[in-house]
Amino acid sequence: MVRIGVVVFPGSNRDIDAVNALRVAGAEPVVLWHESADLGGVDGIVLPGGFAFGDYLRAGVIARFSPVMRSVAGYAAEGGLVLGICNGFQVLTEAGLLPGALLRNRSLRFVSRQVAIAPQRLDSPFTRALESRRPLRMPVAHGEGCYFAEPAALDDLEAGGGVLFRYVRSDGSTAGEDDRANPNGSLRAIAGVTNAAGNVAGLMPHPETAVEAILGSEDGLGIIRSLVDSAAERAAAGRRSAVGSAR
Amino acid sequence: MSPSTAFRFAVNVTPKDGILDPQGRAVEGSLPHLGVTGVSDIRVGRRIELTVAAPTEVDAWTTVERLAGELLSNPLIEAYAIESLGAVSATTSDDDVAGVPA
Repeated sequence: MVRIGVVVFPGSNRDIDAVNALRVAGAEPVVLWHESADLGGVDGIVLPGGFAFGDYLRAGVIARFSPVMRSVAGYAAEGGLVLGICNGFQVLTEAGLLPGALLRNRSLRFVSRQVAIAPQRLDSPFTRALESRRPLRMPVAHGEGCYFAEPAALDDLEAGGGVLFRYVRSDGSTAGEDDRANPNGSLRAIAGVTNAAGNVAGLMPHPETAVEAILGSEDGLGIIRSLVDSAAERAAAGRRSAVGSAR
Repeated sequence: MSPSTAFRFAVNVTPKDGILDPQGRAVEGSLPHLGVTGVSDIRVGRRIELTVAAPTEVDAWTTVERLAGELLSNPLIEAYAIESLGAVSATTSDDDVAGVPA
């Protein structure tokens, strides 16, 4: 069974949801404590939501310097799959593993409600199990989720296929920056991005809490399942290439 | 602890020009309630003060510069300015700080 690590920082609070979602998606979750640099040979990594280190200084920045994140950075550099959700997304941008930054919500309010996001591509390791670009309903719960990058960087991101999800209105059209459908005022309604290599992704909404009907939506499962499928494929490829290799 | 030289600094971190600052905007929004007019462009940042033990202030400054750029500010969205507050006695330890759980 494919093993996916869930990193736990002091202040993580969606780690159990991530563990549950991975189980629902057919993976074996492996809890990784932030003080250990040992990733336990996992096939993929989730950085869960929460308030790592109380979000002191800036959301995600203290977590960035934890021992586990040095290993995660090395893992990502080798092509390992890393998905950051909410606070995990903030950690990845602070660590420079994903472009941009997440600013205080434009409304200044903490938002906790259902939103709709649309995948912008279906060929990434994090969206491949989705059948279409139809909007997915799942919750957001954050105070600092306003995606920001300089205009030129946003252009580059869009041109390079780095925009993975956008907030959309109920009719499926992309939300404006002051729209209720865009819960935090993210530039160009960006809800999730991926790096240039395509193996690291982050999003502010919570797919891991939308994986069963009892949770109000199952729309997030396709994202978690995509990660699990991609990790399984990568693990199988790794085993093949490991034959006859010293590594 | 043997006495050695140390220097105190302040690092002032502010949102970069052009970066949306909702906190500044909110503060600005409160001005009419105070009956204040003619005040604009409020930007809210933070100030971090720290003591660095080092042989010279130049050495200490190098450390502060690194911290300011890598930890205390996010260069993508924030600017920082370092301010020297002068030499201090450097028997600084955490002993006088109320116990913070690790």
